[in-house]
Amino acid sequence: MPVIATRLAVASTALVLFAASIAAAPAADKKYDTGATDTEIKIGNIMPYSGPASAYGQIGKTEAAYFRKINAEGGINGRKINFISYDDGYSPPKTVEQARKLVESDEVLFIFNSLGTPPNSAIHKYMNAKKVPQLFVATGATKWNDPQNFPWTMGWQPNYQSESRIYAKYLLKEKPDAKIAVLYQNDDYGKDYLKGLKDGLGAKAASMIIAEESYETTEPTIDSHIVKLKSTGADVFVDITTPKFAAQAIRKAHEIDWNALHILNNVSASVGSVMKPAGFENAQGIISAAYLKDVSDPQWKDDAGMKQFLDFMAKDFPEGDKLANEPVVGYSVAQTLVQVLKQCGDDLTRENVMKQAANLKNFRVEMLLPGITINTSPSDFAPISQLQLQRFKGEKWELFGDVISGDVGG
Amino acid sequence: MSAAVEEVVTEAPAVEAVPKRAMTLGTGTSLTVLALLVVAPLFVKNFIIFQMTMLLVYGLAVLALNILTGGSGQFSLGQSAFYAIGAYTSAILMEQYNVNYVLTLPVSGALCFAAGFLFGQPALRLSGVYLALATFALATAMPQLLKLNFLEPWTGGVQGLVVTKPDAPFGLPMSQDMWLYYFTLVITIAIYIASVNLLRSRSGRAFMAIRDNEIAASAMGIDVALYKTLAFGVSAGITGVAGSLGAIVVQFVAPDSYTITLAIALFLGMVVGGVGWLPGSIVGSAFIIFVPNIAESISKGLSGAVFGVLLFLVIFAVPHGARQVAIVCQQALAKYKRR
Repeated sequence: MPVIATRLAVASTALVLFAASIAAAPAADKKYDTGATDTEIKIGNIMPYSGPASAYGQIGKTEAAYFRKINAEGGINGRKINFISYDDGYSPPKTVEQARKLVESDEVLFIFNSLGTPPNSAIHKYMNAKKVPQLFVATGATKWNDPQNFPWTMGWQPNYQSESRIYAKYLLKEKPDAKIAVLYQNDDYGKDYLKGLKDGLGAKAASMIIAEESYETTEPTIDSHIVKLKSTGADVFVDITTPKFAAQAIRKAHEIDWNALHILNNVSASVGSVMKPAGFENAQGIISAAYLKDVSDPQWKDDAGMKQFLDFMAKDFPEGDKLANEPVVGYSVAQTLVQVLKQCGDDLTRENVMKQAANLKNFRVEMLLPGITINTSPSDFAPISQLQLQRFKGEKWELFGDVISGDVGG
Repeated sequence: MSAAVEEVVTEAPAVEAVPKRAMTLGTGTSLTVLALLVVAPLFVKNFIIFQMTMLLVYGLAVLALNILTGGSGQFSLGQSAFYAIGAYTSAILMEQYNVNYVLTLPVSGALCFAAGFLFGQPALRLSGVYLALATFALATAMPQLLKLNFLEPWTGGVQGLVVTKPDAPFGLPMSQDMWLYYFTLVITIAIYIASVNLLRSRSGRAFMAIRDNEIAASAMGIDVALYKTLAFGVSAGITGVAGSLGAIVVQFVAPDSYTITLAIALFLGMVVGGVGWLPGSIVGSAFIIFVPNIAESISKGLSGAVFGVLLFLVIFAVPHGARQVAIVCQQALAKYKRR
């Protein structure tokens, strides 16, 4: 009994003191919404840690590791980040359940970098109706840049359409009479790329694209599609495939002596997980576009930003695969968020988070290619919209041309 | 000749015979559960109400599978396909043709009944694992069919469709979530009562006779082909209604929502709840909704493995699922009363 009484007394004293301190402080600039306090910022996240897309789960784990590091260094403006990450298995109904859990039960300030187009589509309307930020979603679909109708949702990476518009620009300039064959994955990602390519080619799309083939992720190999595309006599091969299939395509195209100009989407431009397994000798001359530095590319060996990233991986996230693309993305997007939260200062309302996210000017994280910057404004919710073309030579990518912007509005 | 062959096939029935009385709960227990389901939402957050609604929706889908497998002894791993048809029917009618959400449910039910009945025709030639495999094919094909180009104007292709959440009617002072919960509850109860009555009726007895011994059933004058396909149709129809409700509650349909994973989850729910025990459907549904969350809270990286271990423990400890637990409880209670 006495113990309880003492505790009660202590607790009530603490409460009184706390109340007094609140009253005493002029409450000047500190403004909070649900999920933010003097000591903590609660951030929600949804990732496919299980299921068909579980490879992307690495992004969430990298972010958790990065926020642990930030917390160990004292947090942001004195506040620790409480990063709550749930698994949705890439299943939209589960995403809705997890998002509602984060918003209504865990009461996070906002949801950050939830992954995948279908899962994010499922909570798009909900988040905007609730006026809770759905910040820096991890998908390249074009529809996230729509501040007019969805002011609470923002993407991060360059969208697929702007990337393929850059290829279209390049082709129109360098090979105006190209005969193009396209291979794409039969889902939202593949179709978005294809649309960007057609829009970019404009009126000439119908005459230039002479063959379109789609494949399903469940197919064991795409060799037959490559043979079929070669038989059309195309001299440009636009390859919109994910890493495993990209490696197969590069190998097969070389094997059957198809000497078309090979344009490979950024999704599969990794040296470590695509070029090497496909064989460097088969991959010479492939053209792609990039916005992040590739860890497996030797040209960044002595780069300061790369060294910082590798330090982070060694010290804070040793279980991660440092050659994969996912940790680079997770690391960079987490850095972008930290910048937004720093800009927010003591005004941690949901409105101010969106306002500051839409107020990034020439911001750079180290893993972006030189010359590429993050820019947003109240009417531009596409943080990264620049890419640079690159050509594969020897065992690495060689960047060429200028940094190109391929802005597409939603 | 065929009799001899068939006898070999049906020697060991895959589904254990469940007497029809054991398929339901007593009146007292039913009313208690019902009272709990009615009162609980008044005291919890909207998010929990949403989870409870999903519990009912999946419970309905598991119930449908239970009628098929527990009732007529046919396997199906293709329930996700019918669920998808139901969900898309509602979503398309609501979003493209502005049909009231209540009216889309019977449409989905009828459409799925027809689809199930038709699929039941070729499936007649198959039984046991072969039938499971054929329905498996249906489940694998469905997400791709939904992506077809010429269906895109209706289905929204890979992007799916966003569904508008209905408000409570007549200006009732309750949140959208709570209204949807009670709406779902009423439909679930109606379908549950109808299912219990179906299994107690002439048709239900025919289902069970087929399950227990096909040859004996046909000797008694049961049109085996008709009742087998009918069971498929009824099961598909109920699954379709569950799909419709699911689409309205989740507010979104996309091919990725209705993959084979869903079909397996429903199958799992049925086994965990107890094959052939209708009230177990809700227990099975709770298992497939909440146990993955528990597994995730134990280990993020190994959530799948943890889920597997939990599932293994359940199957090992209570192979007949929730039904077994219920029977044990009932016996303990009876002993206590006698004392």
